[in-house]
Amino acid sequence: MIISAPVFVTWSKLMTEIKIVYFAWVRERVGVAEEIIDVPQNDLTVEALAELLSQRDEGYALAFENPKLVRAAIDRVHAKPSDMIAGAREIAFFPPMTGG
Amino acid sequence: MTTRITVRIQADAFDVADETDALNSPNEDVGAVSTFIGYCRSEGGRLNALELEHYPGMAEDEIKRVVDEACTRWPLSSASVIHRYGVMKPGDGIVFVGTASTHRAEAFAACEFLMDYLKTRAPFWKKEYRADGNIGDWVEAKSDDDAAAARWTSKT
Repeated sequence: MIISAPVFVTWSKLMTEIKIVYFAWVRERVGVAEEIIDVPQNDLTVEALAELLSQRDEGYALAFENPKLVRAAIDRVHAKPSDMIAGAREIAFFPPMTGG
Repeated sequence: MTTRITVRIQADAFDVADETDALNSPNEDVGAVSTFIGYCRSEGGRLNALELEHYPGMAEDEIKRVVDEACTRWPLSSASVIHRYGVMKPGDGIVFVGTASTHRAEAFAACEFLMDYLKTRAPFWKKEYRADGNIGDWVEAKSDDDAAAARWTSKT
């Protein structure tokens, strides 16, 4: 993403740090188990965050290529794609569960 | 009814006899204990092992939420869920679910409900280790499991 410097200064004030954790093949495809990233503070849904992440590189793109196969949790509670992440500390992305 | 709830996420094996005994002891009004054990299987010799990955911060919380839901539906005196993580060999127990109630119908139903809900809600994932020495794929979720969990929402 290319952003001119003055715009970035203004925009950065609206960013917040959030911890993202990944599991199973989502983790393998993105290449890290967890990371801290800057995200827009307001009006961001789980779905929109996944879309932002998918633009980072090929691994992320592959992990999120089929949104129906990626589930999410907000602060360790299952979340829907339309749920807002505002105020959350930890977002998780993972495949459909296969325990038991 | 206050239900005695046990939820554990652990790498170590569980002892089925000990866990079963714990469900009805020392309550003299327990008339029925129902248990389910899920095992690692070889898929006809195709697999050497399964590795269970989990979400440490969430697995216990989510299973507790599922157990709480079961307690609102049936009068249980005890409910236990023990789910293991790590590498399992064929024949190893992966999950233990047990329920205790006054009568069998409630114990059976709650045990089945817990297992159906765990399959689709507990954050665990299985990876296959193949008998030919290669690391195989992640096990795919089955639509049967979603259907099994969904049937409980259509009941009153």
